[in-house]
Amino acid sequence: MRGVRGVLLLLAVLCSLILGLLAGAVPLSLGDVWEALRRPDAEAAVIVRQLRAPRVLLAFLVGGSLGVSGAALQAMIRNPLAEPYLLGLSGGAGLGAVVAIASRAAGPWAVPIAAFLGAVCAVSLVYRLSLVAGRRLDPRVLLLSGVVVGSFAGALMSAIIVLSSAAEVRNAFLWLLGGFGAASWQALGVFAAYAVLPLAAIGLNARGLDLIALGDEPAHHLGAEVERTRRLVYLCTALLTAASVATCGIIGFVGLVVPHAVRRIARPLHRSLLPLVFLSGGSFMVLSDVVSRTVVRPLELPVGVITALVGVPLFAILLRRTIA
Amino acid sequence: MILETRAVTARYRGAERPALDRVSCAVAEAQLVAVVGPNGSGKTTLVRVITGLLASEQGAVLIQGRPVSEWRRSALARVLGVVSQREEVVFPLRVDETVMLGRYARLGALAAPSAGDRAAVQAALQRCDVAHLLDRSVDSLSGGEWQRVRIARALVGEPRALVLDEPTASLDVRHEMELFELIRQLVEGGLAGLVITHHLNLAARFADRMVLLNGGAVVAEGTPREVLQRETLSRVFEWPVAVTTWCDGSPQVVPLRPGESGP
Repeated sequence: MRGVRGVLLLLAVLCSLILGLLAGAVPLSLGDVWEALRRPDAEAAVIVRQLRAPRVLLAFLVGGSLGVSGAALQAMIRNPLAEPYLLGLSGGAGLGAVVAIASRAAGPWAVPIAAFLGAVCAVSLVYRLSLVAGRRLDPRVLLLSGVVVGSFAGALMSAIIVLSSAAEVRNAFLWLLGGFGAASWQALGVFAAYAVLPLAAIGLNARGLDLIALGDEPAHHLGAEVERTRRLVYLCTALLTAASVATCGIIGFVGLVVPHAVRRIARPLHRSLLPLVFLSGGSFMVLSDVVSRTVVRPLELPVGVITALVGVPLFAILLRRTIA
Repeated sequence: MILETRAVTARYRGAERPALDRVSCAVAEAQLVAVVGPNGSGKTTLVRVITGLLASEQGAVLIQGRPVSEWRRSALARVLGVVSQREEVVFPLRVDETVMLGRYARLGALAAPSAGDRAAVQAALQRCDVAHLLDRSVDSLSGGEWQRVRIARALVGEPRALVLDEPTASLDVRHEMELFELIRQLVEGGLAGLVITHHLNLAARFADRMVLLNGGAVVAEGTPREVLQRETLSRVFEWPVAVTTWCDGSPQVVPLRPGESGP
C-alpha cells in the first residue's frame, strides 16, 4: 500500500514537472519539449532550456522548501496553522530584501543575506511579542503576532518602495507579489546553495520534531534537546524563507496547504512526512505557477495570488476546527 | 539509590519564595515512593527538578549517583521513564507510533526502528494491557487507555526508574485501581517508582514509603503508617481528618465533616 502511494506521488511529481515545461505563453507539445531537451538547436530549445526548465525546477525547490518550513514550524509551535508567511517570516525577509535593493547592495548573494537577517529579526520579534502575555507561549498569540509583524514589515516595504527613486525598486513591487518570471539557472543555483543545508538539518532533526510536537515537557522527558532543536529549526526555516523571498518574492500559504494535505493521506511522523511534504510542495508550486501563467494568457498572475486563493479558504476551515 | 535529592532548594525565575526548600528524598530499585501534599506544595516542582527541567539552586539531584545536570538528555531518557501531568494531543499518532517515540533516545537520527525496537513496543503495550489498541489513533482513546499508553511509552525505553505525576487524575475508581496495580507490578519487577498523587489512601496501600510536602518543604517522610498521622495531615491540608486502619494494615484517611470527631 505504501509502495503504491509512493509510486503515485512520484508520478504526480513527474507529471507536474512535464506540465510545467509544456504550459506557458507559447504552449508546447510533448514532442517539442522532448526535441528541445535532446537537441540544443531545436526550435523550442531556448524556451525550454533557458526559460522553462530553470523556472520549473526553481518553483519545485521553492515549493518544497516552503512546505518543509511550514511542517517544521507547525511541529515547533504545535499548531497546524503555522507557516512562514503567517508567522511573519516572509514579511521580515521581504523587508530585508527591499532594504538591500534600495541601498543598491550588489551581487546575487547580498539580497538573500539581507532577507535572512530580516526573517531572523521577524521571527525573534514575533517570539518576544507572544511571550508578553506570560512566560508560556500561546500558539494563537504567536500567530497573531506573526500577522501583525508581517503587516508592519509590509507597510515599511511599501514606504521604502514609494519613497525610493531607484528604478529597480519599482520593479521590486512586482517581485514582492511573488512569481518565477525572473527564474534563471543562476537564480536556481543561488537558491539551491542557500536551501541545501537547512533542508538537510531539518531532515536530520525529524525525530526531534516528532517529540517536540508532543509538547516541550514530554519531548524533554523522551530525550529531546528541546531548546537546541528549536533554535536550529527556527534558523533553518528563516534561511529557507529568506532564500525563497529573495529569489521569487513573497508566496504565502504553501507551508499551510501542503503539510495539511499530506497529513491526511500519510502518517504524521516527520521522517516520512518531511520528504513527502517536500515533493508535494514542489509539485503544488509548479502547478500553481502553471495556472498563474496560463489562466489569463498572455498575461501572468503573480503565483502568490494562486496559492492564496487555495490557502485562505483552507486556513479558514482549519481555524474553525482549531478553535473548536 | 536510583533517584535521590539531597537538601534540594529550587526557585522559579522571579519568585521570591523557593518552590522547593531543602527537600531530600530517595528511591531505590523495586521501591515505590509516593509524594503527597496539598495543591502548590511543590510536588510537580520536585518532578521537574528530578528530571532536569528545573535547575536546583542548592543541594544535589542524583540519578544513579550522578548529578542530573551532568547527564545528556538522551542518556537520561534511557534511565528515567517519565509520565508528566498533562499532555494535549495536537497531531494525533497511532498508539504503536506513540509508544515508539519512547525508543527515540535509543535510535539514531535516521535509522529506521529495528525488529528489536518493534518487539520492545509490543512488550510494553502488553505489559500495560493496551496491545489491542495498537492501531487506534490516540485521540480516540479513553482517559484510562491514554494513561496506559503513556506509561507504555515511558517503559519502552527500558528505564531503571518510572516517575509519574498524578497518573490517575480524572480517572474513575476502576481505572485508578488498575493503574496503581500496574505501577505496583512494574515496581515489583525491579523498577524504582516515584508517584505524585492526591490519593492518600491509594498511596498508603501501594507505596513502600511516602513523602509529605507542604510549602515546598518535607513535613514527614517514612512508611505510610509514619507519614499519615492525624495531627500532621489536619494541619497540612487545613482540614480535620481521622486516620483508620484497613484490613491489610494500611492507614486510611477520612476527611471529617463539621461536628464529627472520627471513630
